[in-house]
Amino acid sequence: MMNCKQATKLISESQERSLSLAEKVNLKVHVMMCSGCKNFSLQVPFLSQAMKAYAKGFDEHHDTQDK
Amino acid sequence: MKDTPATDAMALDAPDTSILSDTAFLNDLRRQMVKFATLQLSNSHAAEDAVQEALIGALKNARSFAGRAALKTWVFAILRNKIADVLRQKQRMVDASSLLREDEEAEDFFELFDRKGFWQADEKPATWGNPQNALHQNQFWKVFEACLEGLPGNQARVFMMKEFIELETAEICATVGITTTNLNVMLHRSRLRLRECLENTWFLKGEHA
Repeated sequence: MMNCKQATKLISESQERSLSLAEKVNLKVHVMMCSGCKNFSLQVPFLSQAMKAYAKGFDEHHDTQDK
Repeated sequence: MKDTPATDAMALDAPDTSILSDTAFLNDLRRQMVKFATLQLSNSHAAEDAVQEALIGALKNARSFAGRAALKTWVFAILRNKIADVLRQKQRMVDASSLLREDEEAEDFFELFDRKGFWQADEKPATWGNPQNALHQNQFWKVFEACLEGLPGNQARVFMMKEFIELETAEICATVGITTTNLNVMLHRSRLRLRECLENTWFLKGEHA
């Protein structure tokens, strides 16, 4: 069975390429049983989302908070 | 500028030209741009040039912006394009000495995972609840920026190229002179590091909730 190092590697790579069917199945099985990797799989897309919000100009958020 | 109701009202009436006379805002913006460009280009002259060009280009059209946030967004969009152009022209920007440091960075993995490759008990990612809420919090972005700056130089560079400038992976590999495998390893590490930093300095600290 896949370990956490391999699972997080695939989760990371899923942002750059489509995983093969075998990779998806193996990853799914691992994530179902591993809360750490399950959390990681939710956090990686969030990092991407946060980077896009950051790139878009976070002052928009600052302005609504401060004023 | 005095913070009186009268000046506030004026600022609302004439948002366009007031930006250009707000030197504190412009200096701050410029400083952030230089920091960002230097990280990407690892060359302070090239960074200053890119920032200068982006600012001149953007300020020409400053009158059409509704406010500081819009101007900042626009300026950074121009800067990202400038940086992408410079990077495309450069062939290999990672030299031998910086690749050596990559080996040292491999030690990160041994802290996170045990010998069989499973999470160390105290390194296991925790649940973040609804992280999207953080995107609207002022303080979160300071933490986020500090975590980005905490990434090792090469990791930060490729991560920013991928997620901030949004270059294609093939383009990043060609520019930096690394293989796809190398790139994937670096992105994997930078995500592990960034999420760990955010978890420790934000999501596990309850004070902002």
